[in-house]
Amino acid sequence: MEIRGNKIITEPLVNPEQTYADVNADVCKPLESFPTKKWWVCFLIASGSLLIGSALATDMFRRGLGVLGLNQPVGWGVFITNFVFWIGIGHAGTLISAILFLFRQKWRTAINRSAEAMTIFAVMTAGLFPVIHTGRPWYAFWLFPYPNQRELWVNFRSPLVWDVFAVSTYFTISLLFWYVGLVPDIASVRDRCKNQIRKFIYTVLSLGWRGEARHWNHYEMAYLLLAALSTPLVLSVHSIVSFDFAVSILPGWHTTIFPPYFVAGAIFSGFAMVVTLLVIAREVFNLKNYITLYHMENMNKIMLLTGMLVGYAYLMELFIAWYSGNPYERFIFANRVGGPFAWSYWIMMTCNVIVPQIFWVKKWRRSIPIMFVASLLINIGMWFERFTIIVTSLHRDFLPSSWDYYIPTRYDWGITLGSFGFFFTFFLIFCRILPTIAMFEVKAIMKFGKKEYGELGD
Amino acid sequence: MSKKSKQKATGLLAIFENPGDLVNAAKKISGRMAINKVEAYSPFPVHGLDHALGLKRSWIPWVTLVLGLAGWCLGFILQAWTSAVDWPLNVGGKPFVSWPAFIPVTFECMVLIGGIATTITLFAACSLPRFDKPVLDHSLTNDRFALFVDRTDVNFDEKRVEEVLKETHVSEIKNIL
Repeated sequence: MEIRGNKIITEPLVNPEQTYADVNADVCKPLESFPTKKWWVCFLIASGSLLIGSALATDMFRRGLGVLGLNQPVGWGVFITNFVFWIGIGHAGTLISAILFLFRQKWRTAINRSAEAMTIFAVMTAGLFPVIHTGRPWYAFWLFPYPNQRELWVNFRSPLVWDVFAVSTYFTISLLFWYVGLVPDIASVRDRCKNQIRKFIYTVLSLGWRGEARHWNHYEMAYLLLAALSTPLVLSVHSIVSFDFAVSILPGWHTTIFPPYFVAGAIFSGFAMVVTLLVIAREVFNLKNYITLYHMENMNKIMLLTGMLVGYAYLMELFIAWYSGNPYERFIFANRVGGPFAWSYWIMMTCNVIVPQIFWVKKWRRSIPIMFVASLLINIGMWFERFTIIVTSLHRDFLPSSWDYYIPTRYDWGITLGSFGFFFTFFLIFCRILPTIAMFEVKAIMKFGKKEYGELGD
Repeated sequence: MSKKSKQKATGLLAIFENPGDLVNAAKKISGRMAINKVEAYSPFPVHGLDHALGLKRSWIPWVTLVLGLAGWCLGFILQAWTSAVDWPLNVGGKPFVSWPAFIPVTFECMVLIGGIATTITLFAACSLPRFDKPVLDHSLTNDRFALFVDRTDVNFDEKRVEEVLKETHVSEIKNIL
């Protein structure tokens, strides 16, 4: 965007030479051709990682949680870190699809579909961890309040139960929102199908959508309502995840800054993941006309903002620990910055606070290699943020006699690798069978063919 | 379902290249000629079309409101009943109905039930899934826009309709039989 006199000149969101038919042709192309070699390589790596993770998890269930690096003071480790990390990744998708929709940010249309898919797969991945962390996943249904012969109910005052409701609601609503957004696009794919079996599958998935004006009328309203419901939902989910820590009385966890700090961190890490995925997807599937540098630049700006928000939270935590005068609180933060896990703290500080500062420079904000490396570093940094919060607060508790160091084992790392495999396997399959760009939304913001039409132009 | 609605709709299908032309044609057919049995098809929501066709604002928000509030109440009642009535359990000396602790789950129940209800209502309002209606033209979910004028409308006069349509920038008129 630049300002000349009193006129604001915006960059086009879609290459202005594209027609409506081009959108369908370009977006549906990966769905209608045999997967490329690049795709197969990615898919084999992802499903191989998933296989390693599943094998290790199976072995862990047989032997028990003793194979993990968990010990007496450190009862939460890599698995809970992964849970918070993956839930956080999901938040950018809902921010793009719901909050930017309510703010009428038209640039969201090119990226919302893949970001929402990312949300769904990330929440699925996250949901695995609390369940396998119990070591007895076959009792997972105990998390839900249901009438049972023991006549017991869950304790609704526990943040862990709030989490069950928050995460399962988040998954359900994200899935519905995503599917509602997909219906008109699946209908587009259906009408392009030549193969009868493909046509049948897409016909069923499209529910027989034909794009009638009366349907669009209801559709737009329902979409708006789902966006309005998702907006407070996404803020509530990570707030509730932070309550898992903040409601306890452990120094380092028991802080009121946690909910906004976690939400900002979630959006920060989520956008980093969207940038990582889209840099690859726009290259592999040739979508540069739709996911332009302008989109990437906007996401980098959000990363710059949220990166500074989490930076503020890090500093404020230190300040409040000192200002509170509480010796335990002061100790835990001094231990975080300079104790045995200082390496993890400084990885977090470097990746999350210093790295995003490069986005002040417009040239770097618009450079694909720079943003790709930065987004990977931010992902790493945000993983270590959760690791730092969880492990450093636990490993030196009130009794020095029980202090210990935490070393994750190959089971911890292998299952973590498996979670990445799980996520990417789903994402790669999604790219092959469903349109990765919300075609109807992109067409609605295109300027093509709307010259003489007052109401649509802007 | 009555016999009439099972019958296949027949009429004229005017296809346009451009959303603006569709709106102008809809205004003429639905407004000036007062034909009510008109349906427009477009690959994306075209603004101004609902006005041109005389469509009212969707009533779905009322369903969301009522069921969202119902979800809120149900969520709260579930927690209060299990904690205070079915098995009153003293947790940390808190009151049995310690309502501030119940707010997160109450809120999530509101969103969950409101959201599911909205989605179901959307598809019910559009009477989807429904597969017996034919796809009139494959380009209508791609790059073209169409107006369908039903032959059974009282004001339908094939020649008049065709004349009016030709005044607009119509690119093709199909006779659906």
